Amino acid sequence: GTARLSRAEPRAGDGRSGEEEEEEEEVEEGCYQLYPGHIPTSPLQKALLAAGSAVMALCDPYRHDMVAVLGETTGCLALPNLRDKMKRHPEGYRILQERPRIRLSTLDMDRLRGLPDGTLGREYVRFLEDNKVSPDTRMPPKFVDDEELAYVIQRYREVHDLMHTLLGMPTNMLGEVVVKWFEAVQTGLPMCVLGAAFGPVRLSTRKLQVLATELVPWAIRSGRNASCILNVYYEQRWEQPVESLREEIGIFPPP
Amino acid sequence: AVGLCPYRALLARRGGALRALCGSVRGLAAGAETHFGFQTVTEAERREKIYRVFESVAKKYDVMNDSMTLGIHRVWKDILVHKMNPTPGTLLLDVAGGTGDIAFRFINYVRSVRERQLQRKLRHHQNLSWQEIAESYEEDKSKSLGDSQVVVCDINKEMLKVGKQKAQHLGYSKGLSWVLGNAEELPFDDDKFDVYTIAFGIRNVTRIDLALQEAYRVLKPGGRFLCLEFSQVSNSLLSRLYDLYSFQVIPVLGEVIAGDWKSYQYLVESIRRFPPQEEFKAMIEDAGFFKVDYQNLNLGIVAIHSGFKL
Repeated sequence: GTARLSRAEPRAGDGRSGEEEEEEEEVEEGCYQLYPGHIPTSPLQKALLAAGSAVMALCDPYRHDMVAVLGETTGCLALPNLRDKMKRHPEGYRILQERPRIRLSTLDMDRLRGLPDGTLGREYVRFLEDNKVSPDTRMPPKFVDDEELAYVIQRYREVHDLMHTLLGMPTNMLGEVVVKWFEAVQTGLPMCVLGAAFGPVRLSTRKLQVLATELVPWAIRSGRNASCILNVYYEQRWEQPVESLREEIGIFPPP
Repeated sequence: AVGLCPYRALLARRGGALRALCGSVRGLAAGAETHFGFQTVTEAERREKIYRVFESVAKKYDVMNDSMTLGIHRVWKDILVHKMNPTPGTLLLDVAGGTGDIAFRFINYVRSVRERQLQRKLRHHQNLSWQEIAESYEEDKSKSLGDSQVVVCDINKEMLKVGKQKAQHLGYSKGLSWVLGNAEELPFDDDKFDVYTIAFGIRNVTRIDLALQEAYRVLKPGGRFLCLEFSQVSNSLLSRLYDLYSFQVIPVLGEVIAGDWKSYQYLVESIRRFPPQEEFKAMIEDAGFFKVDYQNLNLGIVAIHSGFKL
């Protein structure tokens, strides 16, 4: 067993009646909480989590939290890679400094809706409304043991819907698999690779055919050709037409 | 002396006011310091955190129990009810009984005891007419439990909800009641129950001494107290393996199966915080119980403590 310490903090008499319990996390494995929501884990726990979440994500595709956990526990090589790519790029570097978040509270939905058709902002809002999704449902990271890498994976999750918009793919199983292929090539995250490989298992043969002959080759070509999707400061490009942004990044037009 | 009195009274009132102020500020933070797993919190915070833990785990409680203990918890609960050996007509109070595991086992046990009683009775009635035998069937069917009753008491609404759904699903209705209540302050009269059980619940009570006192109060003279709870493992090799499993595997299981790491982290920490067998035995004796004893299961991973109110 590992040594366990309990952090005793004086709480009497200062009137705080328990809202700040998040600050008082137990010491585990000698690590402290690096960011809100962080749960420090040992290598054994990470391995078990990776295996367990992979199985659970396959058994129950509605467990999005398991996909998220899988991404976090297996991303130890890919995430630093992505972070370094961002650091080397001027726009990516700015994103790492400013740490923008894509959330309903930070987006001006009315303004975006009012933008002309074909612009990133307008199409993004259209995508959210058509598929009835919200950027607020993304899981915050828990098992990433580096505060900056935690932001990188958070950014990746929040940018996912924009990927759908740029690739023109809906949120059904087929669309998600295509986006996963693109992301797998772009990020190298094992979770994307696994999702891309195992996602098609639940598709019909007809869809599989379309997937294999048209969509996946296009996704791979685009993924290879495109610059790093995390290096784009999307929040400053709402007025840019989607076509122009696609060209700039290097995504080929969808089939 | 009379002259001094009002001055004293004034001082006392001021001092008292100051103390009351401190007390109320403390009262805001509510009460003495205690533990929540390995954290230090106030009593009110602890109660609230534990309530939220069980609110969150209620739906997956049974699945998690099976996964964490590989189904062995069922055997532990069976042993508890066998040790109780209830006869038909027993009135059981199952505290922190949430999802009903002990209650259902009690009903099954009493039913099977009753059936055997009826069978024995019939064997002795060899020269009754068929009419009379049929009549005795009817009469005994209506009393399949023989007036035994179990009251399931839990502080958590979600757990009770899950328990009631389970009862409906499994077909338990007679002799079963569900009551929302706090083990530290039971909503029952004195000297009411024949047996009081608390399975894997007393660990989560903030003032164990109060719960034991309440248990003593609501039991009839001659009544029995039975507690099934995680305890301390004395064997050092097993203890190390147990620690490894508890701290490395169980929170992972909680995250993967229930999407809730923290509740299961709390669970394994709370087990370590619970007093060992002998100390708990002393606490039970302090509450007034006699012939207090305990039985280790699985080398102390779990222990059943028993005591009588005389």
